[in-house]
Amino acid sequence: MEASTHALMAEGLCKRYGDTTALDGFDLAVRPGTVCGLLGPNGAGKTTAVRIFSTLLRADGGRATVAGFDVARQAAQVRYRIGLAGQQPAVDEILTGRENLEMWGRLYRLDARTARRRADELLERFGLSDAAGKRAKHYSGGMRRRLDLAASFILAPQVLFLDEPTTGLDPRNRNEVWKSVQALVAAGTTVLLTTQYLEEADRLADQIAVIDSGRVIAEGTPGELKSAIGGDRIDVVTRDAAGLAEAVRVIAQVTGAEPETDPDARRISAPVRDRIGALTGAARELAEAGVEVEDLALRRPTLDEVFLHLTGHHAAAVDPADPAGRQEVRA
Amino acid sequence: MTELLVPAMPTTPLERVRWALSDGWVVARRGLIHWVRNPVMVVYQLLWPIMMVMLFGYVFGSAMVVAGGGDYREFLMPGLFGQTVMFGLATTVMVMTTDASQGVTDRFRSMPMSQSGVVLGRSFSDMVNSVLELVILVGCGLAVGWRWHHGFGKALAAMGLLLLLRFALIWVGIYLGLIVTPEAAAAAWAPLFPLTMIANTFVSPSQMPGWLGLLAEWNPLSATVGACRELFGNPGWPGESWAAQHAVELAIAWPVVIVAIFLPLSVRRYRRLDR
Repeated sequence: MEASTHALMAEGLCKRYGDTTALDGFDLAVRPGTVCGLLGPNGAGKTTAVRIFSTLLRADGGRATVAGFDVARQAAQVRYRIGLAGQQPAVDEILTGRENLEMWGRLYRLDARTARRRADELLERFGLSDAAGKRAKHYSGGMRRRLDLAASFILAPQVLFLDEPTTGLDPRNRNEVWKSVQALVAAGTTVLLTTQYLEEADRLADQIAVIDSGRVIAEGTPGELKSAIGGDRIDVVTRDAAGLAEAVRVIAQVTGAEPETDPDARRISAPVRDRIGALTGAARELAEAGVEVEDLALRRPTLDEVFLHLTGHHAAAVDPADPAGRQEVRA
Repeated sequence: MTELLVPAMPTTPLERVRWALSDGWVVARRGLIHWVRNPVMVVYQLLWPIMMVMLFGYVFGSAMVVAGGGDYREFLMPGLFGQTVMFGLATTVMVMTTDASQGVTDRFRSMPMSQSGVVLGRSFSDMVNSVLELVILVGCGLAVGWRWHHGFGKALAAMGLLLLLRFALIWVGIYLGLIVTPEAAAAAWAPLFPLTMIANTFVSPSQMPGWLGLLAEWNPLSATVGACRELFGNPGWPGESWAAQHAVELAIAWPVVIVAIFLPLSVRRYRRLDR
């Protein structure tokens, strides 16, 4: 059975809320020990998928398994094998970090002594030992997230769900959370990570599933997705705005493609086939045309460009009715 | 690293009950720690009864006449007990909505814990809280001259009826807490306050306009307060209406009816969170 070779599997999941279709034939298969990044804008159905996998929500149609157990019919078995870190850290603010972990440990049915030992281990592991006796209320955003991660990791679950784990965090805190996630993955946990941050999926995921309007529209490694939209790109930044038009003409001629222009950044970008030919050609022609260039570089496309290419709209399109959008404003 | 034994699922009903109790205790402990660590709340809960006794016992009380005669402060105290019990409803709603909005409820639901333990723990810590509030209020009552006149046993029975109502209201609170937002929960005071006043708590319903008096007579709170007056031997009892004369029976029947309605509703609502 396929369930035994996949840590996570979904087939044709559907979920409707009144007139809104949250999931519309959602398929996914994640191999054990890998990180799958579920990438999509607000309202694409990411959270709905995670809630169905983590037994919090029942699908209207289709089926899903976690560690080989059906989420609808074998919810109790699933709950023993998963950890969930939702969009906001579900930590008790009035309890200290250690008390939080001990409480959740007790509720995972560890005896008091084991729960205490496990709490200390996790505090150490997630870099919270110094703050163990402080109430979670006084934790920074990143510390709360790490405490939340620690709580979801008490039973060392086979599968960990991280729903936008770094939403609302500053870059330093985001980095701390990423390091913690990477450490868990190194220990063999399968992770399903939802994110709107392209950089996050690129950095953490082995496999990315791009989700839009409740279904997966593309799947592959970050590299595969990037090459799927036509390989690398060349970027030119001119020294002043006056040179921009001339540079656009030159790049169009060298690459044979219609370049995209960002006038504010004085940046021109175009896809290339022959990487080195395009680079040397562009350097020569720009110099001959007398355009002063500040930067000239080859690069791989960003995931935002992947998304734009696949869906026709930017990944940052925010649905104002989506709660996650509001949360970000608040955070 | 600690060797983690993933605990087995309970199989027999007895194990399941033990499981629910131990999870319930963990949740209850959390509720009690919250209370102890919230000094503002503790001070508030200490001062509120004193303030109410001052306000109603002395400010309004100086102009109050008890229907059928008697000391107003003796009449008042059972009403204040009842009001305190009713206000407990707001606490339950508040805690439930806060847990839901902070994702704590989701974590409970995604864990292999006993789901009835969540509710058991909640009711236990709320009950302990209410007992403390009543003890403080009894102290205030004794200080202003309120007494029980029919012996300690009947006084305890009256306290039992108050806690029975509180227990019933926990289920109302859990149900409401599962359907409203924290913002709405904060507004729960608005309907709750008149609900504790349109009763026999501060004024006998016989002194109200007819239609309002009828509402007040049949308010579940009136049954509990009336029964308390009867058991404590405080003035204001018996009233003329059928409801007032059967206060003790109604003080048992009302909470039973409330539990019969709201316990299944809460369980159903909790189960349907996955819809």
